[in-house]
Amino acid sequence: MVRPVFLVQPGAAPLSSFSPNPQRIDALKGAYADAIAARRNRMILGILVFALVIVTSGWMAEVNLAKLAARIGNFTSYIERLAFLDNGAFVLTDIREWYWGITHWMRLLIETLMIAYVGTIVGAVLGFALCFPAARNLTRSALEMAVVRRFLEFCRTVPEIVFALIFVVAFGLGPLPGVLAIAIHTTGALGKLFSEVVENIDMKPVDGIVASGGNRVQVIRFAVVPQVLSNFFSYTLLRFEINVRGAAIMGFVGAGGIGQDLLESVRKFYYSDVSAILILLIVTVFVIDMATERARHALIGREAH
Amino acid sequence: MTATNQRTLSAIAREEGPRLRAAYPDVFRTDMKARAVTIGTIVLLVGLFVYGLSILETTWWRVFLGLGELGKFVVYMIPPNPETLSKALVYVHALAETVAIAILGTVLAATLALPFGFLAARNVIPSWIARFFVRRSLDTIRSVDALIWALIWVNVVGLGPFAGVLAIMTSDFGAFGKLFSEAIEAADGKASEGIKSTGGGNLHQVRFGLLPQVLPLFASQVLYYIESNTRSATIIGIVGAGGIGLHLYEQIRTLEYQHVSFIIILVLIAVSAIDWVSSRLRFAVIGVRQT
Repeated sequence: MVRPVFLVQPGAAPLSSFSPNPQRIDALKGAYADAIAARRNRMILGILVFALVIVTSGWMAEVNLAKLAARIGNFTSYIERLAFLDNGAFVLTDIREWYWGITHWMRLLIETLMIAYVGTIVGAVLGFALCFPAARNLTRSALEMAVVRRFLEFCRTVPEIVFALIFVVAFGLGPLPGVLAIAIHTTGALGKLFSEVVENIDMKPVDGIVASGGNRVQVIRFAVVPQVLSNFFSYTLLRFEINVRGAAIMGFVGAGGIGQDLLESVRKFYYSDVSAILILLIVTVFVIDMATERARHALIGREAH
Repeated sequence: MTATNQRTLSAIAREEGPRLRAAYPDVFRTDMKARAVTIGTIVLLVGLFVYGLSILETTWWRVFLGLGELGKFVVYMIPPNPETLSKALVYVHALAETVAIAILGTVLAATLALPFGFLAARNVIPSWIARFFVRRSLDTIRSVDALIWALIWVNVVGLGPFAGVLAIMTSDFGAFGKLFSEAIEAADGKASEGIKSTGGGNLHQVRFGLLPQVLPLFASQVLYYIESNTRSATIIGIVGAGGIGLHLYEQIRTLEYQHVSFIIILVLIAVSAIDWVSSRLRFAVIGVRQT
């Protein structure tokens, strides 16, 4: 027979009267309080730094809340004026008058879409060509990779409208500089995204092609492209969506599209024209958003099968 | 065995191909429908491209001439040189203004978008009508570019960086509303359930169940947007909404190439500095969440 082992002997004082070492408890409490205080201090410091950054920014950016309060009425009345024609009638009462320039605007809208489309295609092709040397797992030399990566970084860091400004001087007014500006920016953005996709591929097919004597082009064509193509299309569609928005403002610097008419209407206070063009743009962006989203889902769905 | 090893893979394919083809017809059959779709898509895309080139007045001659001009500009741009120190200081000040516009605009947009993010989230507002309207308004605001918003705000508060802050704020308000609502919808519902089971109301659930989960995520998104808005803020000066854009615009128009390259280099330095700071902060924010 085994004798039971009692943690607390029967008949002994109950456990609740167990008295721990008070010094140890105090030490633990102190450490806990210190940890909490340290976290709180860090938090307060963070908030102070944040507040300092905000106040400095506000001072730099000449934020003037009194001015905003005094003029916020202008904003609401501006929005309100957008809804009325020159003769004071509500825009929806005379749509023919509101959209008097529809044929002209539609032509410009198509031009805008084409700037975005051609720019996206050129950018995607260049991005495709540059993504392989920029990918860590396929590059041949560290120097080549560094050079291509810096180039792509430059292309996407300089805003496209800055490229457009410079190109307008070099190529003359018109949609051509807009297309080139969007193409360069797209090259930078897609080149980076594409190379990230390539870095995440399964390397076994690459090894297989290399082992059977394939050269670099064959490796890319038969081992890499089949793995990445649907992702590439998906990113390109997403970029097209962004580029439609970008192409809409190219006209601000004379690089084609509907932007020029919008800028003039705003500057000359043709309120109903502003609202007409803005609504055209918003509807176009909505339609393109929905269409590209559908196309992307279809692509991803096809890949899953 | 050695004989097989010496044959090249292509030779094996040539010899074994017909037999394999006969044995597995399904694998080798060309899918005519899929091929037709692929070819049709390519023809459509290329056709649209050619049509685009034709209506956009792009002739090779123009591209060629323009590239020549561009080459000249690049030569003129070297070395970057603001000529006088006072000019350089003006540019640096304008750059600081640009960064200030980006930071302030982003933070204001995030603050304003926070309540709307909750209103547009399915797990907070079950009514689809309310959600639909909030989402569509956010989408409408988002589809108008910051430069257009800047143009409108300049009409309201006058020329200057304040209009730029408001423009960045407005255009990002839409983007943040969408991002925040998606983050809230992806949050774990168990924490909210826990609050509910202990008798918490709707507000308690949002405050103690949802907010602690999504706040670090929001902070990291805000930091990322500050970075991308520094780029947007460099251009809104073109319509007079403050920052370095106005100087850039003027120097390009007056063909002061060395000033242009100086400004572009300043912008590149600023963007990469902000990039560096914000990626470190983002790491810190997400790191704090995990411990």
